[in-house]
Amino acid sequence: MGSLLQIENLHVSVEGKSILKGVQLEIRQGEIHALMGPNGSGKSTLAYALVGHPKYEVTAGKIEVDGVNLLDLDPNERARLGLFLAFQYPVVIPGVKVADFLRHAVSNIRKPDRKEGEGLIPMREFRKELRERMEALGMDTEFARRYLNEGFSGGEKKRMEILQMAMLKPKFAILDETDSGLDSDAVRVVSEGLQKLAGPDTGVLIITHHERLLEFNKPHHTHVMLGGRIVESGDSALAHKLHEEGYAEIRARHPQAAAENAAHEEALTATTAS
Amino acid sequence: MSGTIAAATLPPSFDARAFEQFVSHRSEPTWLTERRRQAFSQFEELSHSSLDEEEWKRIDLRSFRPERYEIRNTLPAQSTFDLLLADRTEFGGRVTHIDGCTQASQLDGTLRKQGVIFGSLQDVLQAHPDLLQDYWMQRAVPNGRDRFSAWHAAFCTGGTVLYVPKGVDVEAPLYSFIGLASENAADLSHTLVILENGASATLLEETASANPDLSGLHIGAVELLVGDGAHLQYVQLQNWGTKVCHFAHQAGRVAGNGSLRWTVGGLGARIAHIHQDVFLDGPAAEAQVNGVTFASEKQLISYYTQQTHAAPFTRSDLLYKQVLRDRARGIWRGMIRVDEGAQKTDGYQRNDTLLLSGDSRADAIPGLEIEADDVRCTHGATAGRVDEEQIFYCMARGISEMEAKHMIVEGFFQTVLDRIPVEVVRETLNRAVEKKLGIERLQGV
Ligand SMILES: Nc1ncnc2c1ncn2[C@@H]1O[C@H](COP(=O)(O)OP(=O)(O)OP(=O)(O)O)[C@@H](O)[C@H]1O
Ligand SMILES: [Mg+2]
Repeated sequence: MGSLLQIENLHVSVEGKSILKGVQLEIRQGEIHALMGPNGSGKSTLAYALVGHPKYEVTAGKIEVDGVNLLDLDPNERARLGLFLAFQYPVVIPGVKVADFLRHAVSNIRKPDRKEGEGLIPMREFRKELRERMEALGMDTEFARRYLNEGFSGGEKKRMEILQMAMLKPKFAILDETDSGLDSDAVRVVSEGLQKLAGPDTGVLIITHHERLLEFNKPHHTHVMLGGRIVESGDSALAHKLHEEGYAEIRARHPQAAAENAAHEEALTATTAS
Repeated sequence: MSGTIAAATLPPSFDARAFEQFVSHRSEPTWLTERRRQAFSQFEELSHSSLDEEEWKRIDLRSFRPERYEIRNTLPAQSTFDLLLADRTEFGGRVTHIDGCTQASQLDGTLRKQGVIFGSLQDVLQAHPDLLQDYWMQRAVPNGRDRFSAWHAAFCTGGTVLYVPKGVDVEAPLYSFIGLASENAADLSHTLVILENGASATLLEETASANPDLSGLHIGAVELLVGDGAHLQYVQLQNWGTKVCHFAHQAGRVAGNGSLRWTVGGLGARIAHIHQDVFLDGPAAEAQVNGVTFASEKQLISYYTQQTHAAPFTRSDLLYKQVLRDRARGIWRGMIRVDEGAQKTDGYQRNDTLLLSGDSRADAIPGLEIEADDVRCTHGATAGRVDEEQIFYCMARGISEMEAKHMIVEGFFQTVLDRIPVEVVRETLNRAVEKKLGIERLQGV
């Protein structure tokens, strides 16, 4: 039996505002889960809370990997336990080369007891591995020498997230809209890349509004988030149905959650407008 | 308040008697002794008037006690230094000074045959008594600019001189070291570089204290004179211990089609204030200025930079990056001046500051004074904390918070390091930054 990521009755607030209101989810290594839901329903919030973003405060519930409580752990400790998030909006780290960044990251993940200044994985070995991974993802190896995400196009940033996943080989990978902003060739490359990576040793949570990523990576389970809760779950047919028909039916079946989601969406438009 | 040193009477170690004694012990050409005398009377005079408000108002000199320091006439018996640049590459020549006295000087024989002169100020004055007369404090840093330049000219203890004749290309970098090894020693060393037309050279200079707790004083001057079509690269890495006071006038003049690439590293000293000038005198002259500063604890590191465009088609490009930690203070006041005739000038200045603590403080004030009407001048300054989202992103990849901050700091400096073509300088600065961050490198990269 592989590892198990357990999310139980999770409540999360951001800046004092309650966003997640009791999320229930279990992901096992080797499983693919799709998480769908309208804008502002709390999908990214769940992703951030899982990897331990300091702004996302867990007010109730638990997150565990094989019984180990993640809530007491810093993001880097969670990463060393095998959690990975492909960011919806990857961050630029000026002046830090992709290769240097990844060499540090990989060294920490593979040698969790490593201390700063020591035990970096050997350069040769690292370079070779990086080059192979980049080629497999159809990336120009020149990117290794560029500063992380600086001046990258939206699609390049997303590809860089997948490259990082490929190098770090997480037990649990959360992909937050990794397919958005990609042209159709790039979606294909990323989908195929993910398909190769997501074997029996990886549990994957794919957050998406599209279907392409799911074509290559057929979800075993699909969940719908609305107003900070998972309101319905099903198999891959549910993902397809939602994609075809939208969320009207779901909203109708869950009026309370729909109302709360609408409130968020209004707030969202208000902030973008101001 | 802070602008004046209370100096109604000169400290005994730098008063009229001390001066007479100082010059009597030096066998120097008459022109230099005379110039020193003139400078001494300027020093007396300027010590009674206040310093330029604009330049000094943010610098608290109350803890600066000139009476504490004195000039040594002999080398210390023994001293060792932890140097950043000294053994990093093959140098074409090297000159080292400790406590204001020259310790050693050496120049590659081939360069000597080509007419290159590189050595201590005293040796060069001995061998070529008149060579420096038209240069030493005549073109780039005038004696009478303020009390520190006058002080320097009167009591100049020596220094490093580089002269490259017309058309000679000195390929290997040259090295100059200025050290302080005795408690309260004063160093008033001068760096003078003269490149004749079409010549080129690279001079790497560093300063250091034999131990970090030594109190000391440096009142320096750097003069870089770049001829027509000549190309100079000059690096000064200020790495004194944190009980040293450092005041310097540093100026470069670039003639037509010449270029100056100048990198300053500011890591050490308790108080450091540098007046740095570049003058673009001839058409199409170019200057690039790079600054890397990292102040911690209670250090104050201050720069007053000026880029003066006096001829058309000249270009200047200044980028300073500073990191401040603990209770450190960083001050940068920049100015681009463009004279009336300097059309088609391109001037750029920028200072970025990264604050690593809530108690550190940065002042960055860019400025422009433009009298020509067809120019392009841009300036900017930013200051901010390490971005929390960047730290989180690194942590989400398994990197600890501390290591993430260190990476972000190194990345912050990277953009200025990228401008420095000499690899050994980039590496050295990087290592210096890591050392200051407290990263012990146990395994090579
Ligand atoms: N850092 C934050 N500060 C303030 N509000 C936030 C923050 N993060 C999320 N929220 C709010 O929480 C709610 C859920 O946002 P979240 O980003 O989780 O939605 P989402 O389901 O990922 O939406 P989308 O499909 O648009 O990506 C929104 O109302 C949003 O404004
Ligand atoms: Mg989202």
